Amino acid sequence: MTGSTVTRAQLAEAVYEQVGLSRNESAQLVETVLEIVAGALEQGQPVKISSFGTFAVRQKGRRIGRNPKTGIEVPILPRKVLVFRPSQVLKARVNGQTVPAEDEA
Amino acid sequence: MTRSELIAELARRNPHLMQRDVEAIITTVFDEIVAALAQGNRVELRGFGAFSVKKRDARTGRNPRTGVAVEVSEKVVPFFKAGKDLRERLNQGGGRVAQPASAGR
Repeated sequence: MTGSTVTRAQLAEAVYEQVGLSRNESAQLVETVLEIVAGALEQGQPVKISSFGTFAVRQKGRRIGRNPKTGIEVPILPRKVLVFRPSQVLKARVNGQTVPAEDEA
Repeated sequence: MTRSELIAELARRNPHLMQRDVEAIITTVFDEIVAALAQGNRVELRGFGAFSVKKRDARTGRNPRTGVAVEVSEKVVPFFKAGKDLRERLNQGGGRVAQPASAGR
């Protein structure tokens, strides 16, 4: 099971198996979950999922960048970027450890 | 937005579902992502973003308070990169995207 990429299809399949709704509805629900999260972020609202992590929008100021190929200076306009901070639980899990469910987002 | 607010919003949009099932959907989606990352797999959700893991080499760190050198062993960290659609959505709402001439502030 290593080396495979998980996509919406696998998430939908997991929901189908765990919850017992139709495959079609499971897929729609996965989409809705992502859409709700994206919608909150679009409004600048952070999304904190306990034992998973926090998504937050950060405002970046204007700065001067440089085209690395040509060396020409170009202004980088103020913009918003999305940052994800993994929870302690997630950090532990990717290192093969388990953390007592200390649910800080 | 917290996990429980996400559950509430998903329930609001799907009034035919039982609360128990709505909770199971949210749990399943995030657990599935965590499980994939724990196996070193990548999770790619087009338009939303991609979760992956990155290896960090062992290094000699320092306790910032005491200045004492400590060995930090090799570890794996979770990483998220926002998808193109989501990045664009973050930057259209707030207004201040492309105004080349008006050198802001």
